[in-house]
Amino acid sequence: MLRFLARRTLGALVIILLISAITFFLFFALPSEPALMSCGKNCTADSLAVINKNLGLDRPVPVQYWHYMAGIFTGRDFSAGHCPAPCFGYSFANQQPVWDTIVDRFPTTLSIALGGATVFLVVGVGVGMLAAAFRGTWIDKLFSSLALLGNALQIYFVGVVALAVLVSGLHWMDNPAYYPITEDPVKWFTGMLIPWLVLSVIFIASYSRMTRSLMIEQLSEDHVRTARAKGLGRSAVFFRYAWRGALAPIVTIFGIDLGSLFSGAIITEFTFSLHGLGRLAVSSVTGTDLPMLMAVMLVGCTAIVLANIVVDAAYALIDPRVRLA
Amino acid sequence: MPIPSQTQPRELVGRSPGQLMWRRFKRDRAGVVSAYVVAFFFLVALAAPLISAAYGKSPTATYGLDEGGLLNEFGYPVAPNGGISGRFWFGLEPTMGRDVLTQLVYGIRTSLLIAAAATVLCVLTGVLVGVTAGYLGGRTDYFLGRFIDLLLAFPAQLSFIAFTPVVYSLFVSPEKQTPTYLRVITLILVLWALGWMGLARLLRGQVLSLREREFVEAARVTGASPWRIITKELLPNLWTPILVQSTLMLPTLVTAEAGLSFIGVGIIEPTPDWGRMFAAGAAYYESDITYIFFPGLAMIIFVVAFNLLGDSVRDAFDPRTKR
Repeated sequence: MLRFLARRTLGALVIILLISAITFFLFFALPSEPALMSCGKNCTADSLAVINKNLGLDRPVPVQYWHYMAGIFTGRDFSAGHCPAPCFGYSFANQQPVWDTIVDRFPTTLSIALGGATVFLVVGVGVGMLAAAFRGTWIDKLFSSLALLGNALQIYFVGVVALAVLVSGLHWMDNPAYYPITEDPVKWFTGMLIPWLVLSVIFIASYSRMTRSLMIEQLSEDHVRTARAKGLGRSAVFFRYAWRGALAPIVTIFGIDLGSLFSGAIITEFTFSLHGLGRLAVSSVTGTDLPMLMAVMLVGCTAIVLANIVVDAAYALIDPRVRLA
Repeated sequence: MPIPSQTQPRELVGRSPGQLMWRRFKRDRAGVVSAYVVAFFFLVALAAPLISAAYGKSPTATYGLDEGGLLNEFGYPVAPNGGISGRFWFGLEPTMGRDVLTQLVYGIRTSLLIAAAATVLCVLTGVLVGVTAGYLGGRTDYFLGRFIDLLLAFPAQLSFIAFTPVVYSLFVSPEKQTPTYLRVITLILVLWALGWMGLARLLRGQVLSLREREFVEAARVTGASPWRIITKELLPNLWTPILVQSTLMLPTLVTAEAGLSFIGVGIIEPTPDWGRMFAAGAAYYESDITYIFFPGLAMIIFVVAFNLLGDSVRDAFDPRTKR
C-alpha cells in the first residue's frame, strides 16, 4: 500500500510540474507587458526597466520559471521586501501577495464544492439505489425520466430560475453570499443553500443513473445469487453484497468530480456572484495577471491530482484485487 | 402469420449490419422522434438567414431603441411577458430592444457550428490517436497514453479560460480587436485540444482487444498492409463506439461553449450566441424573467433529444444492451 501511494505521488508531482510549466510558458506567448500595469501613468522606459528588474521579468523565461517554482518552497526576496514561503509572487494587477488572495478566496470554493458534493452524493446515490431496488416499477420510471431532464439542465439556466423564484419571487431566501463558517454557521448555511441545490441538481442526474446501472449489474452477479440462494434477507443482499461491488466505481467518479469542483465551480460562482477561485481565474485572465493565474492553475491541478490519489487509495481499500495488481 | 407455402417461397434477404441497425433504429419511436428534433435544430441553425428573412426581423436591429413605445424608461419591454406580441413572437431583449426569436435562432447557429466543428475534430483526433496507440502498441502506445494522462489532468474549465487569450494573441496583436471569426476558431481549437482524449482512450482499448482476434490475424497472415487492416478490418468494428460517443460529445460541447460565452470569454457582442443570452438573462431576471425562458427551454429540449438519440443509436447497434 505504501509503495503504491509513493509511486502515485511521484507521478502526480511530475504531472503538476508539467502543467505548471506549460501554463507558464504559454502565458509568455501573450504579448503583454506586465510592468506597464504597475508602472502607472507617467511611465518612462527607465521606470519600466526598473520594474522589470524588480519583478525579475528581465530574465529568460526558464529562469523566471525556476525562481517562481523555487519561491513556492523557499520564499523569495523582491526589492519590495521578503515574500515568505509559500510565495506565489505578487499580483501584477493589484501588487498584493498572490497567496493571501488565494487563501482569501479558497474557503468560498471549498464551501460550494463540499456542500454541493455532499448533497449530490447522498441524494444521487440514494435515488439510484431506490430505482435499482424498484426496477421496472413506476418509481424507477419516474426517476429515470427525471434524470434525463436533470442531465439536460444547465447551472446558468436553473441557477437564474432558482434565484428568480426563491429570492426575488417568493422572498424565501436572500441572495446567495459567502459568510465564513467560523463566524456564523447559520448564515453560512443559508447563504450557500441555493448554490448547493442548483449544483446538485446537475450531478444528481448522472449519479443516480450510474448507481442504478451499477447496482443492477451487481445484483445479477453470481455471488449475489449465491447469497440469495443461501437464504439471506433482501436488504442484507442489497446492502452488504451488491452495494459493496457498486461502491468502487462511484468513489472513482466522485473523486474526479470533487477534484474539478475544488479547482473552481466557475459557472456556479458566476451565476451566484460568489467570489471563489473560478472567478479569480477569469479576472486574472482578462487582466493578464500571470502570478495569479499560475497560482489558481497550480491549486486546481493539485486538487485534481490529490483527489485522484485519494481515489486510488480508497479504491485499493475497497477492492483488495487492486492492491495486488 | 401466414405459413409460407411451397408455391410462394419466402425470400431470404441478406442484410448488412448497417441495414439491420437501421431497421432496429426505425422501430424505436423515442429514437426517431429525437432524431427529428435534433434534425430540426440543425435545420434552424443552417437556415437562420432564411428564417429571419421570412419572419422579417434582423438579429442585430435594435427595435426597442429605434422605435418609441416598445421599451419603458428602464429599458424593459412595455408589453407584458417580456414584450411577446404578434410582431415579436418571443419578445424583446431588455435594454437593447432586439428581437429574441432571431437572436435565439442565430445564437443556436453560432453555438451549434462551433460545437459541431469541435466534435468533428475531436472524433478525428480520437480515432487517429486511439487506433494508432492500440494497433502499434509498445512504446508508441506508452507515450500516447502518458500524453493523454497529462491532458486529462488539466482542469478543463480553468484551462479553457486560461488558454483562450493565448490563442487569440497568436493571431492578433493585443491593440487590435479580435475579429469574430477568430473568436470562433479559438473556441473550436480550445474545445478540441482538451476534448478528444476520452474517445481516444476508449478506442485504444477496443483496438487492443480486436487486434488479437482471429480475423485480424487472418488478414495479417494473408499479407494485408497495416493500412488495410485498420481501414477494412478494425474501423468497421469501431463505428458503434465512435457514433455513440460523438452523439454524446456534441451536446456537452454545445453547453461548454455556451458556458464560456456565459462567463464572457467566448463569443462577445454583437454576434448572437446561445450562451450569451443566458448571461443577459441573468442580468435582467429580476425584472424580466421571460427573456431567459426561451434559450433555456430550447437548450433543455436540445440536450434531452440528443441524449435520447445517443441511447437509441447504441441500442440499435448493440441489441444486447438493456436499459
